[in-house]
Amino acid sequence: MKNSTLVSIGVVLVLAWALVNSFFVVDQRERAILFRFGQLTEANFKPGLHVKMPIVQTVRTFDGRVLTLDNQTENFLTVEKKNVEVDYYVKWRIADAATYYRATTGQELVAMDRLAGIVNRGLRDEFGSRTIQQAVSDERNDIMDALRQSLAGKVEELGISIVDIRIKSINLPKTVSDSVYDRMRAERARVAADLRARGAEEGEKIRAAADREAQVTLAEAYKTAEQLKGEGDAKATDIYANAYGRDPEFYHFYRTLNVYRDTMGAQGDVMVLQSDSPFFKLFKNGAP
Amino acid sequence: MAWNEPGPGRDPWNQGPKRGDNKPPQLDEVLKRFKERFGGKGGGGAPKRLPSGLFGVGVLLIVVLWLASGIYVVDEQERAVVLRFGQHVGTTSPGLNWHLPWPVEDVEIVNVTGVRSVREEATMLTQDENIVDVELSVQYRVSNVEDYVFQITEPDLTLKQATKAAVRQVVGQSKMDFILTDGREEVADETKRVLQDLLDQYKTGLAVTEVNLQQAQPPEPVQASFADAIKAREDQARLKNEAEAYANDRLPRARGAAARQIAEATGYRDQVVAKAEGDAARFDQLLAEYRKSPKVTKERLYLDMMQSVLGDSSKILIDADKSNPMLYLPLDQMLKNAPRKSDGGDPDYVTAPGATPHAGSSGSSDDSLRSRDRSRP
Repeated sequence: MKNSTLVSIGVVLVLAWALVNSFFVVDQRERAILFRFGQLTEANFKPGLHVKMPIVQTVRTFDGRVLTLDNQTENFLTVEKKNVEVDYYVKWRIADAATYYRATTGQELVAMDRLAGIVNRGLRDEFGSRTIQQAVSDERNDIMDALRQSLAGKVEELGISIVDIRIKSINLPKTVSDSVYDRMRAERARVAADLRARGAEEGEKIRAAADREAQVTLAEAYKTAEQLKGEGDAKATDIYANAYGRDPEFYHFYRTLNVYRDTMGAQGDVMVLQSDSPFFKLFKNGAP
Repeated sequence: MAWNEPGPGRDPWNQGPKRGDNKPPQLDEVLKRFKERFGGKGGGGAPKRLPSGLFGVGVLLIVVLWLASGIYVVDEQERAVVLRFGQHVGTTSPGLNWHLPWPVEDVEIVNVTGVRSVREEATMLTQDENIVDVELSVQYRVSNVEDYVFQITEPDLTLKQATKAAVRQVVGQSKMDFILTDGREEVADETKRVLQDLLDQYKTGLAVTEVNLQQAQPPEPVQASFADAIKAREDQARLKNEAEAYANDRLPRARGAAARQIAEATGYRDQVVAKAEGDAARFDQLLAEYRKSPKVTKERLYLDMMQSVLGDSSKILIDADKSNPMLYLPLDQMLKNAPRKSDGGDPDYVTAPGATPHAGSSGSSDDSLRSRDRSRP
């Protein structure tokens, strides 16, 4: 009774184990390969539930999604022998699970290591034939496209395919970036000096123009003023000549009297006179 | 057994809470089942006497609990992908949902409408081999749940990497001045385009909603120089403005001075003409009277003049015939009244006979000469 119970429990357990091991699940995100006693027999399973023989057949699964290789930065020499630090990533996926397993024993780390070596060599060649400027701007995409194509064959041996190789950043080493900063500073200094000089130029032009205009204005005014004065003088002279010309002798007399009156006899003047002038005849000799 | 294998295929982005919700019941269930089985069979003679009804109720309860473990809730913001034995069989919408319980089906719930964002702040090279500091933020959300879950490991990290690459590619193809001034919008737009292309290429199932270039500035070591260049631009404007201020001051003043000069000249002209006319009219009238009786008029005019000339001034009358060199002239006293004396100031001149009047008169004539010179233009 006891024995039979134990046996039946054992049988149930074994059956349960066998049942569980007769199935395997392939996830939507996975690639699976099936071995029979270590020999690879089948790959390319669709996602879902699959049947296998317990013990005899074993299953390995790998990530079937796009994976990332994002290494530390690498130093490459450009064609002008400048060292640049390049930070890049590679997007890749397992294309052929069987080949992948044979090449890497299914270990992602091994695959990444092999891939990094291949990509580094490729990048070294690409950078070695370009200037910094080409690498940074004009041919950045060319590098990545060329590399993806040229490496496609090599990575195929690893059972993987490269989705994309992309350069995240290209940085100059410190000594080079310092000289870039120096150049940027010098360039700004040039711009600043240029701007200030232009300002001075414009200012001086404006001042000079203002001075010139002011001078011209004043000169024109002087001209007009002198014309006006001359006009006045001429007219006055004409009037005087007309009036005085009627009796020049009386004019002389009259004018002389006026000059005497205007120029002499002011308060404080001291006049020393001879008593024998006709004016004092009466004064000196008394009434006739 | 592959189902439970914690292999590399496990999605690290798989949200914890969901799995937490599902697994414990499953485990509980398994334990319960085993307990039940052992409790029932290994419990000695007791089970024999137990009514099979109770056993049936227990099994029923377990089945109900098992089925109930398939209930899950999808929030408005979320979508859930359903996997049957690892195969994608559907995507469910928000609401109360049910899936075939473990181990047949499983769900993964993903937040799709929530906007996520990453920041990128870095120093990078421009096309003209300058260096700029750029700071930008990227807003994105999940646009395709299936791609997001099934196509790529770490889609959010991928977006970060792609952002770095995209912004540097765009900056590397632009000139520094463009990036720092007018090009911000364009750099952001172009980055968004490049980034979206990459995300599509990798099938991340992510959509970039916005790229903001928050800052683009020269790197710290050269900022002072850049600031000075900006200051120089201000200086340029300032120098120009100052000159314009000078011109604005100078020209109206010159025009004013010119107007004054012309006005004065006009005044002079009118004055001399009027004076001439006045003088001429006066002379005309006097002449008319003079012609009536020339001798008397001449005499009268002469005497009028002498009266006015001699009336105010001090007089010294000298008899020429008996001229005497010892003649006493109290010059110092007389000159006290003269305005020149106080002007001269120096008493030495006063005590020097004869010299003072001469010096005084020559000085005054100099003055008048000078003033005449000045009045001449």
